[in-house]
Amino acid sequence: MAKFKTSGSKDLARHDADFLIGLYRDMLLTRVTDDRIEALYKQGKLVAGCYSSRGQEGCSIGSTAALRPGDVIGPMIRNLGSLLRHGLPVTMVLRNYLGRATAPTKGRDGTSHFGSLDHGIIGPISMLGALIPVCAGAALAFRMRGEPRVAMTWIGDGGSNVGDFHEGLNFAGVLRLPFVLVLENNKYAYSTPIEYQTAAKDFACRAQGYGIEGDAVDGNDVLAVYQVVKEAVDRARAGGGPTLIEADTMRMRGHAIHDDAKYVPRGLFELWEKRDPILLFRDRLRKAGLLDKARDEAIVAEVRARVDEATEDALAQPLPDPAGETGEVYA
Amino acid sequence: MSEITYIQAITEAMREEMRRDPSVFCIGEDIGTYGGAFRATAGFLEEFGRPRILDTPLSESAILGASIGAALMGLRPVAEMQFADFVTNGFNMLVNFAAKLHYRWGAKVPMVVRLPSGGGTRGGPFHATNPEAWFTRVPGLKVVCPATVHDAKGLLAAAIRDDNPVLFFEHKYLYRRLKDESPGEGHVVPLGKARLARAGSQVSLVTYGSMAYHGTIVAEEMAREGVDVEVLDLRSLVPLDEEAILATVRKTHRVVICHEDTKTGGFGGEIAARIAELAFDQLDAPVLRVAAKDTPVPHAPQLEDAFLPQPRDIRSALLRVIGV
Repeated sequence: MAKFKTSGSKDLARHDADFLIGLYRDMLLTRVTDDRIEALYKQGKLVAGCYSSRGQEGCSIGSTAALRPGDVIGPMIRNLGSLLRHGLPVTMVLRNYLGRATAPTKGRDGTSHFGSLDHGIIGPISMLGALIPVCAGAALAFRMRGEPRVAMTWIGDGGSNVGDFHEGLNFAGVLRLPFVLVLENNKYAYSTPIEYQTAAKDFACRAQGYGIEGDAVDGNDVLAVYQVVKEAVDRARAGGGPTLIEADTMRMRGHAIHDDAKYVPRGLFELWEKRDPILLFRDRLRKAGLLDKARDEAIVAEVRARVDEATEDALAQPLPDPAGETGEVYA
Repeated sequence: MSEITYIQAITEAMREEMRRDPSVFCIGEDIGTYGGAFRATAGFLEEFGRPRILDTPLSESAILGASIGAALMGLRPVAEMQFADFVTNGFNMLVNFAAKLHYRWGAKVPMVVRLPSGGGTRGGPFHATNPEAWFTRVPGLKVVCPATVHDAKGLLAAAIRDDNPVLFFEHKYLYRRLKDESPGEGHVVPLGKARLARAGSQVSLVTYGSMAYHGTIVAEEMAREGVDVEVLDLRSLVPLDEEAILATVRKTHRVVICHEDTKTGGFGGEIAARIAELAFDQLDAPVLRVAAKDTPVPHAPQLEDAFLPQPRDIRSALLRVIGV
């Protein structure tokens, strides 16, 4: 069984306070945005699916924080935090969820199913695993042009059983591409638990089969995620090839909002609730004297104000006009 | 000017585009050291080196997926499927990822997928299919099927310069059978413009790919017998030169559609439907289709010949349409 790396007080002391507070703030921003999407759905303002990343904010924020501007990410449906941390304004996410004409997909696709090359984001498709070869291809472009850039994407315990996982990692491995894959082991693929997904005891060990580096981290320890991913990103940038990182976490909602997740055994949510990545990190910052009550309240208020403002902006955007829809199927 | 084959024309197009534009690169199985299963990239590794000539693992989905990613980053990949049949292993990458990118979030995907396709080579069920129709019904993809040496070069150059994913169906039977003078450097044939392979007045043969080659020979033979056949080579199915199809319908009022792909769900049905929708009043006879039988491609020569549309099938359909 993989040993999931954690971070301790010495690690906390190695980073400057603004950076650490930033990790906390961005996880909070993810949570508040997620909650807002859920609220908009319940108000009937938002149609189709809502895919919550509740409980997995540490994975998205910690990993994306390890990147530089110019690096490219391919976020999956539960990487809302990665979109925001990589510089995408909250309103653009909400506009897309709300199907507005000024959204990144102009209402042609929903949820966080979009990319923005200006922000270094390659959007996902619903077929899991497809982003792995595609992001490896982005890394290939960096290699060909001699650019010191890295491409990173994510997958789940379920998605890691799709053929593209194998093809993409093997391809990245044989070419030693500057590529990082974070596997969020969130215990469920829709309703299917990991023991029905694979007979293997852990996911990080799969790296061995591709001759690449593998690592495992406590996905609810945002600082540990940052450190482990940073090491992989630095290695990739230096020409050391790709890394597969398993992040141990838990999906705290159903697959999408319609799913009450009754199939999750009683007590498992309660167990993981105690390991909430945001609350855990807030407590550590408090205990380390980096965050007092007043600062914390100010951050919460600032984050709420940002999401309120973004919601107002997104709701004010025009709906798409089918009469003016040209399709833009071709470039 | 020296004479070149159809596949040498493909090689010329790739070499010229790679010399012209440093963002163009080739990716595929056995394309570097070996020079490609059909030698299309022979000598490229020596001239352009790795990784611009990139031998990959046996992974069609990764080849196509990586091409998409590289194209999103501004490169222009030319991906080779060793045989068109193997594109099934990367189907999702093309129909769900590449095809929908520009529509969904405005991203350009300037990539070409080269697909050695077609029968007549005794390749059997997995090395001789014509899978173009699967892709013609996917908005966002372009589908090109050259039938001449000049078009093999000019259409490939246009495909490489195009900002969309282009599926380029090369016909293996034509690879070394067709020879012509090289059209010279910088020869580009725009996508979406049909070629009038033979002007005629009595009946139109609307076709593409290998059947444009066979159909033209049939038309020349029939001309000697006093039957004047017009042959329209579509060159690309997406974009489709609908105007050229309608023009030939208005000219001869009789149409046979011919392709090497199997009949049911083949692209011929789409052409026939468009003629019915847009020019029914121009027709003096029902539109006929000549295509392969609705079975997998058989291997044994006797069986494959019976499966593929033959010149005599084209001839009898043409005669039937003009009521002879």
